[in-house]
Amino acid sequence: MDTDKFTKKDLNLAVNIAGVQLSNPVMEASGTFGSGMEYGEYVDLNRLGAVVTKGVANVPWPGNPTPRIAETYGGMLNAIGLQNPGLDTFVKRDIPFLKQFDTKIIVNVCGKTEEDYIDAVEKLGEQPVDMLEINISCPNVKEGGIAFGQVPAMAEKITAAVKKVAKQPVIMKLSPNVTDIAEMAKAVEAGGADAVSLINTITGMKIDVNRRTFALANKTGGLSGPAIKPVAVRMVYQAANAVKLPIIGMGGITNAEDALEFIMAGATGVSVGTANFNDPMTTIKVIDGIKDYMIRNGVKDINELVGCVR
Amino acid sequence: MSVRENVEITKAARLADGVFEMWLKTEIIARESKPGQFISVYSNDGSRLLPRPISICRIDEDLLRIVYRVAGKGTLEFSQMKEGERLNIQGPLGNGYDLPAIFEQVENVTGKKPEKAILFGGGIGVPPMLELAKAISEKTDCKAQAVMGYRDSQMFLKEEFESYADVTVATEDGSAGVKGNVLDAVKECNITGDVIFACGPAPMLRAVKAYAAGQGIEAYVSLEEKMACGIGACLACVCKSTEKDGHSQVHNKRVCKEGPVFNAKEVEI
Repeated sequence: MDTDKFTKKDLNLAVNIAGVQLSNPVMEASGTFGSGMEYGEYVDLNRLGAVVTKGVANVPWPGNPTPRIAETYGGMLNAIGLQNPGLDTFVKRDIPFLKQFDTKIIVNVCGKTEEDYIDAVEKLGEQPVDMLEINISCPNVKEGGIAFGQVPAMAEKITAAVKKVAKQPVIMKLSPNVTDIAEMAKAVEAGGADAVSLINTITGMKIDVNRRTFALANKTGGLSGPAIKPVAVRMVYQAANAVKLPIIGMGGITNAEDALEFIMAGATGVSVGTANFNDPMTTIKVIDGIKDYMIRNGVKDINELVGCVR
Repeated sequence: MSVRENVEITKAARLADGVFEMWLKTEIIARESKPGQFISVYSNDGSRLLPRPISICRIDEDLLRIVYRVAGKGTLEFSQMKEGERLNIQGPLGNGYDLPAIFEQVENVTGKKPEKAILFGGGIGVPPMLELAKAISEKTDCKAQAVMGYRDSQMFLKEEFESYADVTVATEDGSAGVKGNVLDAVKECNITGDVIFACGPAPMLRAVKAYAAGQGIEAYVSLEEKMACGIGACLACVCKSTEKDGHSQVHNKRVCKEGPVFNAKEVEI
């Protein structure tokens, strides 16, 4: 193949998700990156397609007892429990911080009840953020959250309720802890979602045999990391075949090849999560690696690859 | 400001059963480090994603020394590495002991400059106290009294403390020093002080906190918790704080960011 044809300058990495133009498809997954303040010491946030914030609720949440994490083979379990400072602090502190950068802001919203979600989404309506990601899939909080993410009718209902008040495009974040991911994707599409992101973590458990107890204080936690990647790619592929909505794919992405698997399976955007803990520069390496792949393979526009495997 | 570096191991050795040391040659990290801070050490095995937070034991120009206990597969991997091999590390992380600020705080509370500091180290909490003892002896007018608790007579680092501090030892099995824990040694040897620094297992820190409160001594404790990011983003390693924390807006502080060193009054142990 003639590889002299393109240089990095000729490549188009820009993607459009629900009317929002991202400079490239790579972002980081909610909950692994805070609001970028800490990782900003390692990563030029201007280079990310978007920053997806850690889940924020209308009021502060204390989260779960510790230990909140445990390493597993090729992955980790977490049960942070959506600790967050509440929307008022977030609006005063985190949004102005992110506005300094030339990237899109996607705010992940969590809640325990429909009213919680609506309260937060309404308040965010006046804020200079580009998209909302509605977390209906956290396996680590008892009330709400996951309950909305496991029953299609509930998912459709919460989507419609959020859409009614949302001023920004709405991404519904789906749980893999369901029998049929296609059905869930269809439900949120029917509810009026503008995009879907998947997968959230897979519910798991680890037992500390020396202490003869659970490794996590919460007993169960969400499994993430390379161990879950094949499951995530499969689910992105199934969702892509089920709905017309743009998809943000995630689950165990650690390098450009992983990201390209998701893109080819049907994801327009991709998120790096757990890999940030192993190497804070992973997002940048993924972006650079995608460019190298495109040059090597004579792909001028990233959009040519989206869903190219059918 | 912390950075990530791929560093060379210049020395690796076993100090006691299950306790190992490594000297790492860094570009920036050692020169930026202070006592009480830690580094994230990354496995070279892709099946282990999370860094191991390990306290800094000594800082010598561009060299960092870590002393750690083998607690699982990650630290086992490190313990098998040899001089000349390389590791990814990130640091320095956490607040560490800011001695001028701490001494000022103590003076504000007690009305006098601390003249004698008690440094409690329990088990694998001993190593970070070494650089602190060195800093106190070299940079302040305060005397350092180290009280170290070991399981048995394998008293790693004890001789090195003697260059910087008076040293008293307690062992669980009574094979050296006072039989019992560090507070048993304090009572038996009538040790007194104006400020306390402590690192060790949670039960020891809890006892030290209670002792300090009873004596009206300011105590600074170094906490440990399971970590993922190590830089304050993931909220895995929180501890309970007595007051609402400004960052979290709840009664939680990040051990990796606001800590690992806390005034004992700030945290529930």
